[in-house]
Amino acid sequence: MSTRYLPLYVTGALLSLLFGLGAIQFDGFGSMRVVLNLFSDNAFLMITAIGMTLVIISGGIDLSVGSVIALSGVLCGLLIGEYGWHPLAAFALILPLATLFGAIMGMWIHVYKLQPFIVTLAGMFFARGLATMLSEESIAIDHPFYDAVADFGFSLPGNAWLGTSTLLLLLVLVVAVLVMHYSRFGAYVYALGGNHQSAELMGVPVAKATIGIYATSSFLAALAGIVFTFYTFSGYALTAVGTELDAIAAVVIGGTLLTGGSGFVVGTILGVLMMGVIQTYIIFDGSLSSWWTKIVIGLLLFFFIVLQKLLNRGRVQHA
Amino acid sequence: MQESVLALENISKTFPGVKALQGVQLTLRAGEVHALLGENGAGKSTLVKVMTGAMRKDEGTGRMCFDGKDRDFTSPSEAQKAGISTVYQEVNLLPNLSVAQNLFLGHEPKRFALIQHSRMQQQARELLKQFKLDIDVTAPLNQFSVAVQQLIAIARGVAMKAKVLVLDEPTASLDKDEVETLFGVMEQLKSEGVAIVFISHFLDQVYRISDRITVLRNGQFIGEYITAELPRPKLIEAMLGKELQAMHGQHQPGCADSVDAPALFKMDKVCVKNSIENMDILVPKGQAIGMAGLLGSGRTEVCRAIFGVDSVASGQMQLADAPLKPQSPAEAIKAGVALCPEDRKTDGIIGPLSIRENIALALQARLGWWRYLSKAKQQALADKYIEELQIATPDAEKPIGQLSGGNQQKVILARWLATQPQLLVLDEPTRGIDIGAHAEILNLIKRLCHDGMSLLVTSSELEELVAFANKVVVLRDRRKVSELSGEDMTPQHIMQAIAEA
Ligand SMILES: Nc1ncnc2c1ncn2[C@@H]1O[C@H](COP(=O)(O)OP(=O)(O)OP(=O)(O)O)[C@@H](O)[C@H]1O
Ligand SMILES: [Mg+2]
Repeated sequence: MSTRYLPLYVTGALLSLLFGLGAIQFDGFGSMRVVLNLFSDNAFLMITAIGMTLVIISGGIDLSVGSVIALSGVLCGLLIGEYGWHPLAAFALILPLATLFGAIMGMWIHVYKLQPFIVTLAGMFFARGLATMLSEESIAIDHPFYDAVADFGFSLPGNAWLGTSTLLLLLVLVVAVLVMHYSRFGAYVYALGGNHQSAELMGVPVAKATIGIYATSSFLAALAGIVFTFYTFSGYALTAVGTELDAIAAVVIGGTLLTGGSGFVVGTILGVLMMGVIQTYIIFDGSLSSWWTKIVIGLLLFFFIVLQKLLNRGRVQHA
Repeated sequence: MQESVLALENISKTFPGVKALQGVQLTLRAGEVHALLGENGAGKSTLVKVMTGAMRKDEGTGRMCFDGKDRDFTSPSEAQKAGISTVYQEVNLLPNLSVAQNLFLGHEPKRFALIQHSRMQQQARELLKQFKLDIDVTAPLNQFSVAVQQLIAIARGVAMKAKVLVLDEPTASLDKDEVETLFGVMEQLKSEGVAIVFISHFLDQVYRISDRITVLRNGQFIGEYITAELPRPKLIEAMLGKELQAMHGQHQPGCADSVDAPALFKMDKVCVKNSIENMDILVPKGQAIGMAGLLGSGRTEVCRAIFGVDSVASGQMQLADAPLKPQSPAEAIKAGVALCPEDRKTDGIIGPLSIRENIALALQARLGWWRYLSKAKQQALADKYIEELQIATPDAEKPIGQLSGGNQQKVILARWLATQPQLLVLDEPTRGIDIGAHAEILNLIKRLCHDGMSLLVTSSELEELVAFANKVVVLRDRRKVSELSGEDMTPQHIMQAIAEA
């Protein structure tokens, strides 16, 4: 029982430790403002990583999310910046399209029994190529709606700001937790990751579930792409290169088993926060090269993968 | 009895190179237990899978009529929705989910579109009460023994309130009391009008619980009989296509009981943390020692200690006059020990590898990976055991995952025989193996003893145990409580020793 939550506790403890360390060392580190900035700066990554968590718990992987973010951004740029659509109309087209894109990948994976790695790799090239073909240049988005989005939010004590992207993220998080733990679909996700064949024989509608999982991941990636345009007021085909790997790293640091079957959405949020705190620490320090972020994340990943191995071994011997 | 709920006619299923089913029929009536019997590889599980949508029958053959309508299920979930609930032979459920989640996956009680975990757990506890299981339903499934998992799988099948319940070898890892409990539940369902398909190699159980029997042989329908009107020899003849030579009953160990046979393996006051205590066991050279006891009495734990899976806390083990202190199975194998585990479904089978590779695996490990076994040698080895154990397969290159359940077990047995161990530990070697092959395995044990191998064999089949063992050690509560040999070694005496409080 406890081994299920252990990685989560470890991540939480490490996160608090690092944050405490920063708070002691630097003035202003341990403030509400820094915390909320962690959320708002990383909201798009968190949204993406929530989708990735689903996919990885189900025993799969989705390499296409970075490209879908970019494609979604470019479409925003084109439709809103170039053709003058209302942003909401643009979103209403982009999100279903992305969902369809994910559904098609899921269908390929299920029907042709293909490796998710390969199918989503193809999806990655396809979406990135399509985005670049639509526009090689960055397209500026200038719309009153975007200004309103940027202004919307709540002021919190300590000069902190709870903005649209954070609110959106929190909404996604709540829905994701409900889906994972209080819906049949969520149970199927865990079931598929536990043992694909048993799940099928137990009557899990594998086709529907697989399609749903990849559709959700793409939907969330497209949503993240939209959130990203809130930061940049533009759409650009070369944004978010490698974001899929950041998302995977966050999922693993958050305690989800790469082999599937176990993990928590909340853990993933902690994983992203961990990466964010390291980055913030380095910025506050000022003397460290920003590449240290990558080095530390690398070490953390290594640590968590070893931890998972050990936990798993303990479990097998227990049985 | 009334008309049929489910009728299969002229069903065929062909795998590349194998006709697993050829024009088979099966008729189920409401409120009956229908036994589906046949040797290993006869096609029982395949028929179940075709019937429940886990596999598709051959294009254009046969017909299935369920609940008055022509149906052809394309997935297990479809069959489940229609009202056929199945516990497949190889079902392992989901190790990562809780017991309650496993029981109700896909049928969770909901309110306002959300799963109600508390109610689900409550229902799970009530359901398991029927099976006399009082366990923590929120714990992940992989914390429980194979038997408990098997009962949970059956409980899941029962919980679906289906019209047809299919149980493919449900009793293979259950002990006597658990089987009784299961039969109680089956009787209850029967009275509610559920039709139950019961597949088993335990003929006693078949005669106890079933109303009708359908026999398959080599993928062909042999006949449908009323159980009460079919004498056992006729049934065996129908299954095997020939008569079975008498084998049970008399005590005829592989080699004469000589009191002074030198000890090959000795366990001296061995304790394992949270497990066996003060265990003394002695296996003389060229003899087979039987180990009896209820589930959880420590049989499996003894095997694990010898094989280096669990580490010994105190006490000593000796193999051929040298101390045996394996820290891992690999070390035990090198020292000349082999263990054919009880839970072959999860412990032994490497599905995509061929039979040849699966057989060569342990021997290769014993030799060390740098002394590579040539393919020709592996082939010879595989052919030898396919012949000796009568493994039903066209050739040794078939992936083991495609064999029938019983034949997979034979391959695992072959794997350990191939290492030519000094001490062979067999944990329930005849589970899931058909009666024809039962006799083969008993003969094999005798032959191995005769050739000088020493064996330690666990079995819940006391009749069998006394048929080959030189001595039987009885365990209870993780301790040795008795040792029986000679005249005293009868199933009755063993039962007494097991049961005495
Ligand atoms: N997926 C598969 N691919 C190829 N052949 C298969 C496959 N599954 C089963 N077979 C073959 O079909 C035949 C029937 O197997 P099946 O599993 O139905 O036997 P069974 O009667 O259930 O035997 P057991 O008592 O050992 O469980 C066997 O010869 C087996 O090798
Ligand atoms: Mg079978």
